[in-house]
Amino acid sequence: MTMLSVRGLHKHFGGVLAVDDVGLELAEGELHAVIGPNGAGKTTLVHLLSGALKPDAGVIVLDGRDVTRLAMHRRVRLGLARSYQITSVFPHFTVLENLALAVQGATGHDDRDRARAELGAVGLGARADDLAGALAHGERRRLELGLALSTGAPLLLLDEPMAGMGPEETARIVDLLSALKRKRTILLVEHDMDAVFRLADRITTLVDGRVIASGTPDEIRRHPEVRRAYLGEDGPR
Amino acid sequence: MRNTLYIPLQPWPTLGVVAVLALLPLAAATLGQPFYVVFATRVLIYALIATSLNLLIGYGGMVSFGHAAFVGAGAYTVAMLMPAGVASAWLLWPAALLAGAGFAFLVGAVSLRTRGVYFIMITLAFAQMAYYLVLSLRVLGSDDGLTLGNRPSLGLVDLNRDTTFYYAALAVLLAALAGMRALLNAPLGRALHGIRDNETRMEAIGFATYRLKLLVFVIAGAAAGLGGGLLVSLNGLVGPNLLNWTQSGVLMIMVILGGAGRLLGGALGAVLLLVVEEAIAEHTIHWPLVIGVVLLAVVLFAPQGLSGLMRRRA
Repeated sequence: MTMLSVRGLHKHFGGVLAVDDVGLELAEGELHAVIGPNGAGKTTLVHLLSGALKPDAGVIVLDGRDVTRLAMHRRVRLGLARSYQITSVFPHFTVLENLALAVQGATGHDDRDRARAELGAVGLGARADDLAGALAHGERRRLELGLALSTGAPLLLLDEPMAGMGPEETARIVDLLSALKRKRTILLVEHDMDAVFRLADRITTLVDGRVIASGTPDEIRRHPEVRRAYLGEDGPR
Repeated sequence: MRNTLYIPLQPWPTLGVVAVLALLPLAAATLGQPFYVVFATRVLIYALIATSLNLLIGYGGMVSFGHAAFVGAGAYTVAMLMPAGVASAWLLWPAALLAGAGFAFLVGAVSLRTRGVYFIMITLAFAQMAYYLVLSLRVLGSDDGLTLGNRPSLGLVDLNRDTTFYYAALAVLLAALAGMRALLNAPLGRALHGIRDNETRMEAIGFATYRLKLLVFVIAGAAAGLGGGLLVSLNGLVGPNLLNWTQSGVLMIMVILGGAGRLLGGALGAVLLLVVEEAIAEHTIHWPLVIGVVLLAVVLFAPQGLSGLMRRRA
């Protein structure tokens, strides 16, 4: 079953075409990675899909429903949540209160038990009652992820969840995402190629806002244009 | 679990303050200063109005610079209805509340589409439009304002007695504070805190932030409208200056003095400002200068206002 279907997505800022005729298909339960050099339009794509930006043209269909013109909060309630590349949490709330707020936002109910379950999932159980503003970088990144998870949305758009992390923290996120696979459909934007090739079912490569290749990790690894534009000739084989 | 945003009820201090306020008319009568009962009533009403603005500025992060317009909407509603034959406060005061709410809905629906300094300016613009409208309408008394013969009636109790009116205003203020505490401790209150902390992320976890802010804006406008209705009932007159932007500024100063984002911030600020004004105004016409110095000191040395200072002591 198709969870997310995107066709002909366009977005320009002034004279710059940030997203140029992008199409995507995500099957239910799939982990689909989007890779590409800086400025390829990956984050803009996440903004468009989540509703933070409105596209100039194109259609976004979530679970059979056209959501192209819907506000961000409506899409969350329909089952599409995102995380941010630059950590965006609630510093004056405790860690558990952060997650409870996300449960409340997406469901309308104040359900602490559900928040507590997600707390364990992102490995922050020991930090439940600490203020989010007091967390270390790696913990804040996991809380960032936890906010998206706590919405309960079946489709997650994760914008560089490993940004700025050391190898140990990165390994933790990889484990976390492996555990999430199949339970949720995930669109993963990420620069860490080891993680991407380990986790992804399919990979889409963006360069200058255009899709230059889309396929299985093996197909992308061998794709000559992807190697030239992004992975480099000595990239992962 | 820890609940950082919960506002606890401190029963003994609360009872103490309520007891002092309840005995105040008695004290004024004993001291032979009945004038102070009317003054204290005015302070209570301004405490209500400043509290409603504190809900917007301190809790919602909505720095509204047009709050006087909602006060004016309530005041002129009462001043229009009374000569038309409506005498009961049970009708007049809810009408003032609805007028404040209705006007706040219109202003909020437009203003809340903007943020930051644009929001400040657009609320100011709406309030000044209301001010000039009142000023130019003959039915509203133009710059003379409107005068009422009597105070409204409130069933069995006689509002023409200053002490009775004082208790009515006290009851309204206490109910408003209790209501605000309940609202802030409810899920809606946590959502409001979240919007102040990080509005974009609130949308990204499913909150209809615009609608929530509009709801709170309307609640604050309703309380301000009720305050305006009480004010005109007390004074028996209303003039366009009640809507002028300087009034919005005075309300803002009250919130900052008392402590934005503290439950009692608006009320304490109203008490402080009006008492200082009353105490100095007889001695010098330059009393706004004194207020200015006090404000400067608060912003520099006690950014959380009077209630912040008191909390640090505790």
